[in-house]
Amino acid sequence: MALLQRVAEQGRRVVHFTLDGRPAEALEGDTVLTAMLTNGERLRRSEFAGSPRAGFCLMGACQDCWVRTEEGERLRACGSFIADGMRLLSEGEWGGGLSGEGSS
Amino acid sequence: MRERIDCDVAIVGGGIVGGSAALFLRQAGLSVTLLERDWCGAKASGVNFGGVRRQGRPLEQLALSQRAHAIWGRLPELIGTDAEYVRSGHLKLARSEADLASLVAYRERSRGFGLDLEIIEGEAFRRRWPALGERAVGGSLCPEDGHANPRLVSPAFARAAAALGAVVREQTAIERVEKDGGRFVLLAKRELAAGELEVRARVLLNTAGAWSRRVADAFGEAVPLESLHPNMAVTEPLPRFLDVNIGVEGGGVYGRQVLRGNMVVGGGRGFALDPDRARPQRDAVLTLMRDAAELFPQLRHAHVIRCWTGVEGYTPDRNPVIGPSRTTPGLYHAFGFSGAGFQIGPAVGQTLAELVTAGETAMPLEAFRIDRFPPAPPDNP
Amino acid sequence: MGRRIERGGVVVTAELPTAKLPTAELPPVIVGAGPAGIRAAERLVAAGLRPVVVDEAARWGGQIYRQPPEAGGPGGGFTRPKSALYGFEAGKADAVHRAMAAIRDRVDYRPRTLAWNCEAGALDLLCDGESLVQPFSRLILATGATDRVLPFPGWTLPGVFTLGGSQVALKFQGCAVGRRVAFLGTGPLLYLVAYQYLKAGVEVAGVFDTTPFAVQARAMAGMLRDPSTLAKGLLFVGWLRAHGVPVHNGVRPLRAEGTERVEALAWRYADGREHRVSCDAVAFGLGLRSETQLADLAGCRFRFDAADRAWLPERDGAGRSSVAGVYLAGDGGGIAGADAAELAGERAAFALLEDLGRPVDAARVRELDRRLGGIATFRRSLNAAFPFPADWAATVADDTMICRCEGVTAGALRGVARSGQAREINRAKALTRTGMGRCQGRMCGATAAELLAQALGTGPDGVGRLRAQPPIKPLPVAATPSPLAGARSGREVA
Ligand SMILES: Cc1cc2nc3c(=O)[nH]c(=O)nc-3n(C[C@H](O)[C@H](O)[C@H](O)COP(=O)(O)OP(=O)(O)OC[C@H]3O[C@@H](n4cnc5c(N)ncnc54)[C@H](O)[C@@H]3O)c2cc1C
Ligand SMILES: Cc1cc2nc3c(=O)[nH]c(=O)nc-3n(C[C@H](O)[C@H](O)[C@H](O)COP(=O)(O)OP(=O)(O)OC[C@H]3O[C@@H](n4cnc5c(N)ncnc54)[C@H](O)[C@@H]3O)c2cc1C
Ligand code: FES
Repeated sequence: MALLQRVAEQGRRVVHFTLDGRPAEALEGDTVLTAMLTNGERLRRSEFAGSPRAGFCLMGACQDCWVRTEEGERLRACGSFIADGMRLLSEGEWGGGLSGEGSS
Repeated sequence: MRERIDCDVAIVGGGIVGGSAALFLRQAGLSVTLLERDWCGAKASGVNFGGVRRQGRPLEQLALSQRAHAIWGRLPELIGTDAEYVRSGHLKLARSEADLASLVAYRERSRGFGLDLEIIEGEAFRRRWPALGERAVGGSLCPEDGHANPRLVSPAFARAAAALGAVVREQTAIERVEKDGGRFVLLAKRELAAGELEVRARVLLNTAGAWSRRVADAFGEAVPLESLHPNMAVTEPLPRFLDVNIGVEGGGVYGRQVLRGNMVVGGGRGFALDPDRARPQRDAVLTLMRDAAELFPQLRHAHVIRCWTGVEGYTPDRNPVIGPSRTTPGLYHAFGFSGAGFQIGPAVGQTLAELVTAGETAMPLEAFRIDRFPPAPPDNP
Repeated sequence: MGRRIERGGVVVTAELPTAKLPTAELPPVIVGAGPAGIRAAERLVAAGLRPVVVDEAARWGGQIYRQPPEAGGPGGGFTRPKSALYGFEAGKADAVHRAMAAIRDRVDYRPRTLAWNCEAGALDLLCDGESLVQPFSRLILATGATDRVLPFPGWTLPGVFTLGGSQVALKFQGCAVGRRVAFLGTGPLLYLVAYQYLKAGVEVAGVFDTTPFAVQARAMAGMLRDPSTLAKGLLFVGWLRAHGVPVHNGVRPLRAEGTERVEALAWRYADGREHRVSCDAVAFGLGLRSETQLADLAGCRFRFDAADRAWLPERDGAGRSSVAGVYLAGDGGGIAGADAAELAGERAAFALLEDLGRPVDAARVRELDRRLGGIATFRRSLNAAFPFPADWAATVADDTMICRCEGVTAGALRGVARSGQAREINRAKALTRTGMGRCQGRMCGATAAELLAQALGTGPDGVGRLRAQPPIKPLPVAATPSPLAGARSGREVA
């Protein structure tokens, strides 16, 4: 269930993006944080404990809202705007431990 | 009021060199006073890159470096923490055939010291480190080299010395040293306590890092020592892609990924704010990021979350000064590590302890004599 | 490029700034386009200067007068009028917005631009992935403030947001942080944001104020006479009660409950009685903390400010810092609210003009000084009405996470203090990683100072100041240097 609830400004154009591979909708002018948290209940998992995180300050101070795109980009979700075709991830990367991609 | 301490050995500077010397001297049963202007291990020893590397050192350092290697292997027993030390291996990359040839030549020259260097190239190299394969033709691996967290290691040496009974005084700056007959007399200004501190000792160790010149000068041993500031940056935590400490033949950028996933990279130089403090320099930071992203494409989308530098003493020949004073019996110097004293630091401390207790050491120190430089103009602050 | 100094027996190579434009030709630079920055810019423009105005946000207005995303721009279609966005402050918001619009073509305005470093007479700016050196002749720092927080178990759960963040969600995005929101902490924003949520039709599970009622009632009498916006927050207490919102005073949080998101807030009164309220969000804050990193990197001297319980850059009544040519205005130099920020911005601009030897309107300067002089009194009453819960540090359990970025617990920090390893905050940072993560101590700095002070039996002024390091916010590795930055990397082997 969504974490954020829309209470105003709902007449904006719909933007289409994907969240963990599934199609999702947001509104033009949403931040990535708003787009993700009106469709889900977290932005990412903490690198160390795997606990869910959903941002905290919404004003670029806490740095708790860094999310990944499928292309590997990292966005500060509260300060970036959603755009059509974005492919955002709230899962993955750390997979519980620190052994991820790569090798050697 | 003036507090007085009498002891066998006074040590000026509580970095990894002074801290380990204190520890080994206590183990030998001497009374030791360690004096540190800041906090022990807060200067170069606590802010360095964390590379615990023998590979690539000049041959004259390798005996000490091997000795240090053994000490690093016993960290928990010695200082009560592993300080995130891992023997990850140190891989020196060759970007060209010529660089690879010089790595091969180094392996030949350093044979017999026990580094067990392994040259890996071509297909084998790419298979072993696919994450690096495209940017190097090959590399030289020192499998038992590694890296550690300097913020944890260096203070721990002084702490271990204190636990064995060394008197450790932090926030205590030595302002004056002289020799009064058979004893050294040190006067210290204290930040945390009222009044002066006077320390009298039979032996004096000058392990004051980039600031050692002041002590050397006081005994008529002016040495050319320059402060420089290696530039460091660390990224946010990233999924593990690198399990070796990386250097590049010919210099430039170097990097290691810590267990928590952060990538620590170094290269370029910062600038001095004053003789005690330095800052990363903007162009160096941006250049370092560019070079690091080129070497490690995994950093393409990553962010640097912190940059820093430190104050390190460099000598003209980039070898340290280690050994007895040539003017003053009972005085020993160890400084000027020129950007590479973290790994050998503990062995230098142990060697100083030997010199003090036994008057001699098996370690070859000839290359590190203080009188190898033409005298520098004396210091006038 | 290098300069060699010999001091204290050490030869020092000092790098001089890269950009070597003659100082006279450089513009003044203002960081922050909130009330302080805008009023400063306005005054400089009136004197015929063309300041550079840098702000990380996409539109001007700052925190309190933050504008919704631009219609037709990257966003679009936000329609609420200012009266809906800013309530009683709509008039002031509009005046500040208009002031900037009026000078728009006479300032070099750089939105979406982060100042990430300050070094030797120049800022480093990051805009659209490019890093640019911006030399300045004079610098006005109007960097504002963000919420001050202390930790409690569960504070990292999705659904726990800062009070300011909860307001941003509403103002800037038309969203509530939950369906049923508990408001926790202290400070004027506590009641203000609860009021705004209730007005927006969101259920308010209660207001949980850390200040005991008697203390607040005493302080409030004085505050209500104050015309400033922050004081108005208190008017909302009555309104909330009248609308059936439970208001609890003298509260300490026990934990936010839930595994994947907030399900309830457990709390207690000072007498120990435990309670629990179900909610799907907690809006939390304990007043504000100033953004001081750039002042630190610019070399400004700091002093401990007892009112804000924080180290702040020194400034004189006009906003001059300890560094010639660097000025501080607004909440970035100490919390005093939006009205004071406007005054301080204008005053700092006058100081800059005075220092340039330009004529200034002496009557206006006197007027500003008079009004700014009253602010000290205001700050005192503010802190009396919303006192910092100084006992918090003593009650934080050892297993509570204090550093969100690095996952450090209170016990780890206390450990290095009690064992004598750290008697100072930067040392504690080095040993535990508290404050070393992405936020650079913005969220945990106050906690670390309080915990350390408590463990060492001293005050938060006795544990030193967390030093700022560049970049003050995460910098993309892929950031490309601007043409001004020449490659000057030394070769190093490690
Ligand atoms: C950024 C950086 C990266 C580095 N990377 C590496 C690396 O990866 N691997 C490696 O092997 N080496 C590295 N080095 C080098 C290494 O850190 C140093 O060579 C080593 O730490 C030197 O140890 P020290 O104890 O001699 O000096 P320091 O740690 O500087 O200790 C000297 C101490 O003396 C104190 N002192 C000075 N004057 C006085 C006085 N008058 N009274 C009291 N106390 C005084 C100082 O406060 C200081 O704490 C790096 C250095 C830096 C700066
Ligand atoms: C959410 C919130 C709500 C508030 N509501 C009220 C209220 O109702 N009443 C009241 O009196 N006070 C309120 N305050 C307090 C508020 O801080 C001040 O009243 C007012 O906004 C201060 O104005 P300022 O110009 O000093 O700073 P701000 O308005 O905070 O503006 C600072 C600006 O600087 C920019 N900035 C900061 N650092 C950098 C950097 N390194 N690079 C680029 N840009 C940077 C920021 O993006 C911001 O736009 C609120 C604060 C917050 C956080
Ligand atoms: S939510 Fe705090 S930085 Fe984005």
